[in-house]
Amino acid sequence: MTDIVLNIDGKEVKAKAGMTVLEAAQQAGIYIPTLCHHEKLEAFGGCRLCMVEVESRGWTSYVVSCLYPVAKDIVVRTRSPKVDNIRKVLIEELLAHAPDAPELVKMAEEYGSDRNRFAREASFCVLCGLCVRYCDEVKQKNAVSFFDNGSVRQIAFVPEVAKKECWECQECFALCPTSYAQAAYLLTEALAFPGQRKTPAKSAKDLALKSRMIPITPVAM
Amino acid sequence: MPRLQSAAELEKYRAQILAGRNPAKPCIAVCAGAACDGMDSAAVAAAFVAAGAPLGDKIEVRTTGCHGYCEKGPNVVVTPGDICYFEVQPADVPEIIAATLKGEVVERLVYHDPNTGAKAVHMNEVPFYKHQTRLLIGDNPKIDPMRIDDYLAVGGYAALVKALSEMTPDQVLDEVKKANLRGRGGGGFPAGSKWETTKNAPEKIKYVIVNGHEGESAAFMDRAMLTGNPHKILEGLIIGAYAIGAQKGFMYTRHDMPLLEKHVRNALAQAKEYGLLGENILGSGFSFDVELHFDVGIFVSGESSALMRSIEGNPPEPRPKYIRTSVSGIWDKPSNLNNVETWANVPQIISKGAEWFTSIGSEKSKGTKLISLSGNVVNSGVVEVPMGTPLRTLVFDIGGGVRDGKTLKAIHFGGAMGGSIPADLIDAPLDFDGMSKLGAPIGAGGLLLMDEDTDMVEVARYLMDFLTKESCGKCVPCREGMKQMLQILTRITEGKGQQGDLERLEDLIQVTGVASLCALGKTSGDPLKSMFRYFKPEYEARIAAGSGEPK
Amino acid sequence: MCEKDIDGIIEKYRGQPSSLIHALVEIQHANHWLPREVMHRVAEALEVPFAQVMQIASFYKTFSLTPKGRHEVHVCTGMTCHLRGAAKLLAKVEEVTGLKAGETDAESKFTVETGACLGSCSIGPELIVDGKHYGRMTPEKAEAVLNSYE
Ligand SMILES: Cc1cc2nc3c(=O)[nH]c(=O)nc-3n(C[C@H](O)[C@H](O)[C@H](O)COP(=O)(O)O)c2cc1C
Ligand code: SF4
Ligand code: SF4
Ligand code: FES
Ligand code: FES
Ligand code: FES
Repeated sequence: MTDIVLNIDGKEVKAKAGMTVLEAAQQAGIYIPTLCHHEKLEAFGGCRLCMVEVESRGWTSYVVSCLYPVAKDIVVRTRSPKVDNIRKVLIEELLAHAPDAPELVKMAEEYGSDRNRFAREASFCVLCGLCVRYCDEVKQKNAVSFFDNGSVRQIAFVPEVAKKECWECQECFALCPTSYAQAAYLLTEALAFPGQRKTPAKSAKDLALKSRMIPITPVAM
Repeated sequence: MPRLQSAAELEKYRAQILAGRNPAKPCIAVCAGAACDGMDSAAVAAAFVAAGAPLGDKIEVRTTGCHGYCEKGPNVVVTPGDICYFEVQPADVPEIIAATLKGEVVERLVYHDPNTGAKAVHMNEVPFYKHQTRLLIGDNPKIDPMRIDDYLAVGGYAALVKALSEMTPDQVLDEVKKANLRGRGGGGFPAGSKWETTKNAPEKIKYVIVNGHEGESAAFMDRAMLTGNPHKILEGLIIGAYAIGAQKGFMYTRHDMPLLEKHVRNALAQAKEYGLLGENILGSGFSFDVELHFDVGIFVSGESSALMRSIEGNPPEPRPKYIRTSVSGIWDKPSNLNNVETWANVPQIISKGAEWFTSIGSEKSKGTKLISLSGNVVNSGVVEVPMGTPLRTLVFDIGGGVRDGKTLKAIHFGGAMGGSIPADLIDAPLDFDGMSKLGAPIGAGGLLLMDEDTDMVEVARYLMDFLTKESCGKCVPCREGMKQMLQILTRITEGKGQQGDLERLEDLIQVTGVASLCALGKTSGDPLKSMFRYFKPEYEARIAAGSGEPK
Repeated sequence: MCEKDIDGIIEKYRGQPSSLIHALVEIQHANHWLPREVMHRVAEALEVPFAQVMQIASFYKTFSLTPKGRHEVHVCTGMTCHLRGAAKLLAKVEEVTGLKAGETDAESKFTVETGACLGSCSIGPELIVDGKHYGRMTPEKAEAVLNSYE
C-alpha cells in the first residue's frame, strides 16, 4: 500500500506512512550517507551525517533522515551547500578520532573534509553505538556499553559479561566502522581475563583481513 | 486530620485556622533558605525558638524559605509591619525579642544605605524590595513550608477549590490560554497551547510534570520557590492536571538539597492527608497523585525528553524522535512538562482571572518574572518584577549596582545557553522576545553582572567547559563540536590563539547549532555568538597579541 | 554502613527496573560510593543488565565508583562562585589537602570535589563539607575550616 508522495531531490517518491525519509530515499535508489544507522537496529540519531534539508509549507528545516517520518508534499534535498558543510565538518570532527577509518576517508573525499583541520585525539571509537546497540537489541547480552557522559563518553566491554559471552559471538566487530570494537574487546580480555581462551578465534582470519589491528590506549573501567 | 470531603469543608477549615490566629500577635520569621542557611541561620532560628518558647502566647517564631534578599542573610522579618533585620547573629536575638515585645525596632540591624546612611525599617522601604512586585515569592516570609495550614492561611488552595467546583476543565484551560502564560523554564512557550496538545492527545493516560531541575548555573529561584512554598507549585500542578485530564504527576527536582527534599515530601504527604491529592479530591470526582523524582546531577537531564527518560529509569539522553513529548513522553504517553515558576503562576491566574494577569507585564510577556540576581552585584538574591521592567531597575535600583565600586561591563542572562550584552544596553526591557533579539535570552532567569575586570574570552571558555561536562555526549556535533570549540577558546585564553581561530569557531557554532540533537547542543554556541556580536575586538586583540593578558 | 542497610535498599526495589536510579541514589547516600559487587546485586535484583547499571552509575556525577574519604569537601565552581573567586579557593583547598579535584587521600580523610551551582550564589564563593555550607570563603578562612576536621 503506497499512500504518501513526497519529493526527494526533484524526484517524486512514493512511500508508506511511518517510513523514514532515509528509507524512502533508499527505496528510490537515492543515496544518503549514514554512520550510526543499521537496518536491524532502532534508529539512534547520533552521527547526524544523514541530515537533509526539508521544506514543508514554506519552512526549511534540517532533520536527520534516519528518524524523520515521511509526510505528504514535503520537499527533501539530500544535498545543499549547508547540508554539505554540515557533513564536511562532522566528518572532520570524527577524523580527529579515527583518521584512517575507511568509511570516513571515503566520505571525506566526497565532502572535501580536511583530516587535519582539528587537533588529533586518536581514540579510534567514533561512538556510533553500533556495537552497543547490536549487543543489546539483537544479542541481548549487554556485554558492551556506553560509559560516562559528555566529552568523555566512551564504550567499554564489561569484563564479567564479556568473559562469558563474547568469544563465541564477536558479531559486533564487523559492524564497527573503525575496528575499535575488536581492539577494545581484546584489551579487556588481556587485562581482565587473560589466557582463558581455549579455542582459536573463530573468525580471526576474516577479522584480520577486514581490519588492521590498531594500537589503543587503555580504557578505564 | 481527616480528609476534607468538599470545597465547603476546606473553606470551613480555613476559617478555623484564621480564627485561631491573631494578626496583631508579633511573628518573627527567620529565613532558612539556601543562602541564609549557609550563613548559619539555623543557629539564629534555634536561638529565637529557645528564647521565644516561654513567651509562646506573646510571640511566634517561624522558620521560612528564602525571603529574597539573600545577600544580607541571615534574614529576619517581624510582623506586623514587615520589619526587616539583616545579617542577624544569635547574639542579636534577645534584643530583637525585647524590642518586638515592646513594639520597638532594633535600629542597628535594619537596612542602612551604604552611601547616604539613610535607614529603611519596613520591607516596602528597603530599596531591594521596594521596586519589586512579589506575587510569587512574596508569601515566603509568611509560610513555614512544613505547615500546610500556613499556606491555607494566605488563601492557598482557594484556586483549586474554584477550579474544581466552579469551572470545567475546558474553562480552566481557556483561562490559562487567555492569560497568555508563557513557560518560565527557558523557551517562553505558551503554556496553554502545550496543555491543549496533551489534553487533545488520543491516549487516555496522561502525565503532568514539574521541572524543578534548575541546572542553569547561578539560577536559584526555582529552588527558593520549591523549598519555601511547595504547596503553591503543587496547587498549580493539580489544577493543570484537572484541565488536561492527567491522572498522575511527577515532580522532578534536585537531589542535593536536603531541605528541599524534606519540604516537598512533607507537602505531598500533607496534601494527601487533607484530601487535596489522591482519590476524589474534595469530593469533585477528580483523582490525581504525584510522585517525587530526583535528578542525579547533570545539566542535560533538565531537557524535557531527557528528563522523561530519567523518570523512566533510563540514562537522561534526549530522545531523537521527531515527536513532541506533549504527545509522546513518559512511557510514550502524552506528558505535559512545565517549569516550577510556570506552575506557580497558575493558582493566581485561576483566582484572579486572565484579565488581571494580562494587565501585568509587557505586550507579549505577561505577569512577573523571578530573577536570580548574582555575579558582581551589590545586592544578590531572588527578585520578582513585572515583565518589561528595564534592566536598569534590576541592576541598579534593586541590585544596587556593581560591587567594590567597579563599573559594569556586561550583563549575562541564561547561563551556558544564554548570552552577554554590553552595559550600554542597560535600558532594554526584560522581555522574552526582546532579550532573545539582543542575543541574551532570559532563559530560566539567571542574571549575572560582570564588572570591568571580566575577561570575556574566559567567560566563554568557562561556559563551554561546563557544557562539555554536563551534556550527554550522544550526538557528534554537540560532543565533538563543543570539544573543539573548548580547545580553541582555551588556547586563546592561554595566549596561543592562531590566525583563523575565529573563523573556525564561527563554522563550529553554525554546524553545532543546526545539527545537534537537542537544545543543549543547538544553543551551546549562543554565548559565543553574543560575544562575537558585542565583544569581538577583545577576541581579536587576544589572538593578535599572542599573550595571556587581556588586551 | 552495614551490609544489611544496602540489602534493605536493594530488596525494597526488587523486580522494579524503573527504580534503578532511586536504588543507586539511596545506596550512594548511605554508603558514599557504589562498590562493583553491590552494583552486581542491584542488577540482579532489579532485573536490569549489569552494563546498564554501570552506564547509569558512570553517567551521573553524583555516583562515586571509588571509595570516598571521611569528609567530602565540595568547592562550588558555578558561575557566580567562579566570578567571585572560586579558583583561588579551590587552589587553597588543593594545597591544604594535597589533593586535586576528584581525589581522595591515602588516609581516606578528605575527598575533594568541584561542581556546578548549589543555589546559594549570594554567599559565594562557597565551600561545602559533608553537606554543611560555608559561605563567603576566602582562602584563609577555608584553611581554618579544613583544619577543624579530623
Ligand atoms: C539542556 C537543557 C536543560 C534544561 N534545564 C531546565 C531546567 O533545569 N528547568 C526547566 O524548567 N527547564 C529546563 N529546560 C527547558 C525544558 O526542556 C523545558 O522546555 C521546560 O521545562 C518547559 O517548561 P516551560 O514551558 O514551563 O518553560 C532545559 C532545556 C535544555 C535543553
Ligand atoms: S567501538 Fe566501533 S561500533 Fe562501537 S561505538 Fe565505537 S566506533 Fe561504533
Ligand atoms: S545536543 Fe548534546 S546534550 Fe543534546 S543530545 Fe546531542 S550530545 Fe546530548
Ligand atoms: S545515520 Fe542518521 S543520525 Fe546517524
Ligand atoms: S536564602 Fe534567606 S533571603 Fe534568600
Ligand atoms: S555559583 Fe556557587 S552557589 Fe551558585
